[in-house]
Amino acid sequence: RRDVLVLTPWLAPIVWEGTFNRDILNAQYMQKNLVTGVVTFAVKKYWFFIEGFMSSANKYFLAGHQVNFYLFTDNPEQISHLQMAPENHLFVIPVQNHSRWQDISMSRMDIISRYISSQFQYEVDYLYSIDIDVQLFEHIGVEIIDTLVGTISSWQYTARRESKSYETRTESQAAIPKGEGDFYYTASFYGGSVAEVYKLTRACFKGVMEDRENGIEARWHEESHLNKYLLYHKPTRLLSPEYYWDEEQ
Amino acid sequence: RRQDVLTVTPWLAPIIWEGTFNSEILDSAYRPLNLTIGVTAFAVGKYTRFVGRFLESAEKHFMKGYRVNYYIFTDNPETIPDVQLQTGRRFVIVPMKKYPSWQKISMRRMEAINKHIAETSHQEVDYLFCLDIAMVFYNAWGPETLGDIVAAIHPAYFNVPRSQFPYERRSSSAAYIPDGEGDFYYGGAVFGGLVKEVYEFTKTCHMTILTDKANGIMAAWQEESHLNRHFLSHKPSKVLSPEYLWDDRKPKPPEIHLIRFSTVDKNYKEIRD
Repeated sequence: RRDVLVLTPWLAPIVWEGTFNRDILNAQYMQKNLVTGVVTFAVKKYWFFIEGFMSSANKYFLAGHQVNFYLFTDNPEQISHLQMAPENHLFVIPVQNHSRWQDISMSRMDIISRYISSQFQYEVDYLYSIDIDVQLFEHIGVEIIDTLVGTISSWQYTARRESKSYETRTESQAAIPKGEGDFYYTASFYGGSVAEVYKLTRACFKGVMEDRENGIEARWHEESHLNKYLLYHKPTRLLSPEYYWDEEQ
Repeated sequence: RRQDVLTVTPWLAPIIWEGTFNSEILDSAYRPLNLTIGVTAFAVGKYTRFVGRFLESAEKHFMKGYRVNYYIFTDNPETIPDVQLQTGRRFVIVPMKKYPSWQKISMRRMEAINKHIAETSHQEVDYLFCLDIAMVFYNAWGPETLGDIVAAIHPAYFNVPRSQFPYERRSSSAAYIPDGEGDFYYGGAVFGGLVKEVYEFTKTCHMTILTDKANGIMAAWQEESHLNRHFLSHKPSKVLSPEYLWDDRKPKPPEIHLIRFSTVDKNYKEIRD
């Protein structure tokens, strides 16, 4: 691929179709016996997306490798029986809902960090948080596995730095100084080693809480905090917008 | 950004060329970790004459601003010159037996490095680079080179088809690579990584070298052949372009923007005997 940037200035690969050979990567991954977790939330009306997400993820996400899906929902009874591949497991975890979707969105960081601490760190090596309102149409494989992984937002891929949607108000913990910023990352798909995701979600939630105490809410909610975190803790691998394409773009 | 060369391998390891990285960003990530970088180099027999220039040039260009330990393996400690080092940088002489031929000396490097890691350097360094001594640093060699398992592309083979790589082609050797296989031809003069990774692969290479010895065969390019066999099945996590392993006798092609580490012109016949 010569048409796109395939390496960041800090030498993290940017994963695009055509930059990797999945067979070689699978062979390396198999040697290590790893378990990957996927965290996703289906709160309030989002229960509608469960079946589409789970059936496509079960088929296309790390196919052939052991995946634990952790589905957080306020409506566990709504979940019909989902057929899982033999190497995959589904864990349904009840959560509270909030009246504002922004609060639901921002509480995810807190929930993820608490569950990593109490449970996930013992069950998986790598953990990815993925929005439920997506369907996979193509395989997503072990090319995503690395210590700290962010996905470049399709909305922002070609935008110049000034027009990126970073939070700029200095009163917010998510503020990024003018002129700074590497990429705009989407909060819909991020992950990494369980230790790194713990640090990331703790830091983001801390930022969300401090903002709340100061009566401010970041422009794009927890995504703003995620972008701040990944600016100062550079991801070790980036996924191109191919990995999370917002149809409305 | 470089569009004229491959900058990522098919297993998503970065290939380091000038223009692919930003030193400031890398330094700001690595300096706070307070790392110590080790360097091993073998100066046996007449090769001690290269130590002075190697060290002086390393002091100017190698991992500036980081703690560095140079481990010079030699059978001849008295002939090693006294080189002035900057603060945070140390120089240690590791006594080594002299073997009857240069090939045998070369082949014993893996064993010597492995043993030294186990006995000493695993406690002293985070990363270890194993470099040839008859070389000089001409430009910066920095944290862009740090990785779990690091190999360098041999300068004579970065632009030639795989069929021309001088892999060991006899199937009776443990270093055998069949036609049609192979990613790159890596040079034996530069390799490294996290000290525990270097420990593991030097041990594996030494085992395959001993296997060949028991079968009465010596690989085409000694331990370099074994290194290539190992890195085919256990891919490096970072690959250095030939900027980091150059041969001054070669004319500089357009892809090489900067020569960082290169051979000293030497009369092989004279010093190997």
